[in-house]
Amino acid sequence: MSDEDRPGDELEPRDEHEAEPEPEQEPVPDPGFHEHGPRPTDLDPALELRAERQVSGMFGLATLLGLGFCVAYFAVPEDKTILGFNALNFTLGMTLGGSLLLIGMGAVQWAKRLMIDDDIIEARHAVASSEENRAEALEIVTAGAAESGLGRRTMIRNSMLGALGVLGLPAIVVLRDLGPLPTDESLRTTVWTKGMRVVNDVAGTPIRPEDIELGQLVNGEPSVLVSTGDEAVDEENHVIEGIEQLNAKAKAAVILVRMRPDEVTPPKGREDWGVDGILCFSKICTHVGCPISLWEQQTHNVLCPCHQSTFDLADGGKVTFGPAHRPLPQLQLGVDDEGYLIAMGDFEDQVGPSFPELG
Amino acid sequence: MHIPLIRRGTLRRVSAWRRHRLAGAAVVLVALTAVGGAYAMVAPNSAEADNSQSDLVDKGHKLFLVGCSSCHGLNGEGVLAGNDEQNYGPSLIGVGAAAVDFQVGTGRMPLAQPGPQAAQKKVVYTDEEIEALAAYVASLAPGPAIPAEQYTDISGISQEDLTRGGEFFRTNCTACHNSVGAGGALPSGRFAPSLDGVEAKHIYEAMLTGPQQMPVFSDAVITPEDKRSIIAYIKSVQEQPDHGGFSLGGFGPVGEGVVVFVVGMAALIGAAIWITSSGVRVGSKRE
Repeated sequence: MSDEDRPGDELEPRDEHEAEPEPEQEPVPDPGFHEHGPRPTDLDPALELRAERQVSGMFGLATLLGLGFCVAYFAVPEDKTILGFNALNFTLGMTLGGSLLLIGMGAVQWAKRLMIDDDIIEARHAVASSEENRAEALEIVTAGAAESGLGRRTMIRNSMLGALGVLGLPAIVVLRDLGPLPTDESLRTTVWTKGMRVVNDVAGTPIRPEDIELGQLVNGEPSVLVSTGDEAVDEENHVIEGIEQLNAKAKAAVILVRMRPDEVTPPKGREDWGVDGILCFSKICTHVGCPISLWEQQTHNVLCPCHQSTFDLADGGKVTFGPAHRPLPQLQLGVDDEGYLIAMGDFEDQVGPSFPELG
Repeated sequence: MHIPLIRRGTLRRVSAWRRHRLAGAAVVLVALTAVGGAYAMVAPNSAEADNSQSDLVDKGHKLFLVGCSSCHGLNGEGVLAGNDEQNYGPSLIGVGAAAVDFQVGTGRMPLAQPGPQAAQKKVVYTDEEIEALAAYVASLAPGPAIPAEQYTDISGISQEDLTRGGEFFRTNCTACHNSVGAGGALPSGRFAPSLDGVEAKHIYEAMLTGPQQMPVFSDAVITPEDKRSIIAYIKSVQEQPDHGGFSLGGFGPVGEGVVVFVVGMAALIGAAIWITSSGVRVGSKRE
């Protein structure tokens, strides 16, 4: 295909117009400069004096506020309030901010009212440097290459390039910190075991079924994760601490809710997972793992505040809205000899967000 | 040295009466008189209390029939309406005085119109009337009572309790009510209300009774002492001065972003227009 019969040529009929511009035919006529009349302050000395006083007044006030900042820094007590704000922060901000604002406003007012007021046209200069400069730059580069012997001493050149090139490798090698994938089952298991008591988060007290009223929500934890403040009890519960505790807590937190048993439709095989309408679900959203305890007692929906995933706890934790696509994992509950609520084992389903290997 | 306290004759006489055939009856008479007298000293008070309590329940019943029974039924048994038998007005049997004191005391009841949730309005009943209504509803069946003042009076709370209250608040309350109790949105037009300016008693009652969508937090799981700490924490957060300037309701980055964008951009645009305008000119027509 030759250049002459490119289809694009048909789309360039404006060349003719650009060659012979006809200003009358432009859709929006060039307004040019508007008539440049004098300002009132240019004609009336009284107005000029007034403007001068305005500007110097602003600068003077800015001076006072700047000094006021220094005084306030020492004079205003930290524990007082002004209009509900901390008094010190309020006065420091108002004085320094006001001072800066007045300096700026004074400068603008000065320029607009009093400084010389001519329209000037400044033509754009070419973007490229002058021929002279470009030739000089090229000369410097060529001379540098020749003087350093970059072309001649190939061993040095190549070893230098090698050293610089290898510097890219560390950046790649540290990517391994993204892994390795956990080889144990830590992503698939939690600290819940059969017989472990469900305790009230923060207080660490064990819970009896009769403590939970209809429509009640309890934020629970396994007894190994909450210190009761009583060393003997903690030792008996084998309370773990530190990083291990935090890691475990991120997966093991649960919510207990009590609904009327006739309102609950348990999934097949989970009919006996609750105790008198008390059900226990993971508190970790299956979308990206936000803690969720926003439970509406009448609709039985628990809502994730991060992305509005909604789970129906009366219907096996089924997703009813939002981006999550796995139901909230349920923990089977039982009662121990002393009448406290216990887990009957670990979660059967995966707790927390999905990941590729989940299958 | 032995000094006889009672003459032998007297003793002999008592001993003789003991065997009199009316002695048993006399002892019973004396005992009955003593018991009756003792009862009379106590009885008038309790009878008065009973009377005033039943007066209160009667008064509450009358108020209930006028103001509440159209939705909650003549005996507080609730009214079912519609084909799907949804609650028109729920049963109040067993909700207790605390629920009445909360719902009526915050102006949520009587309901002006059905909606996603009962709105807080001007309280229409006086304190005495609310007390009577609460007494009547509490008389229907046992239920949570209005909390004792020792758990709603937060003066003199220790720093330790305040910190613990904060932990409970963050664990149990912030999911819906926001980290400073500013409230938040729920699905379908419902919302968790702001806790700002809510009376301590009403916060306690809300935890105890779980109004509307709010879950119950029973005294058995979150003890009255812990509830007091939670209330104290809420109040202390609200009393803190805004060290960083306007809190804008404490709703977080969305609200703050809107304000920065609208107010900040408007200010910048205004300044730009002012700086670049050429001002008043004499004898020229501005384009």
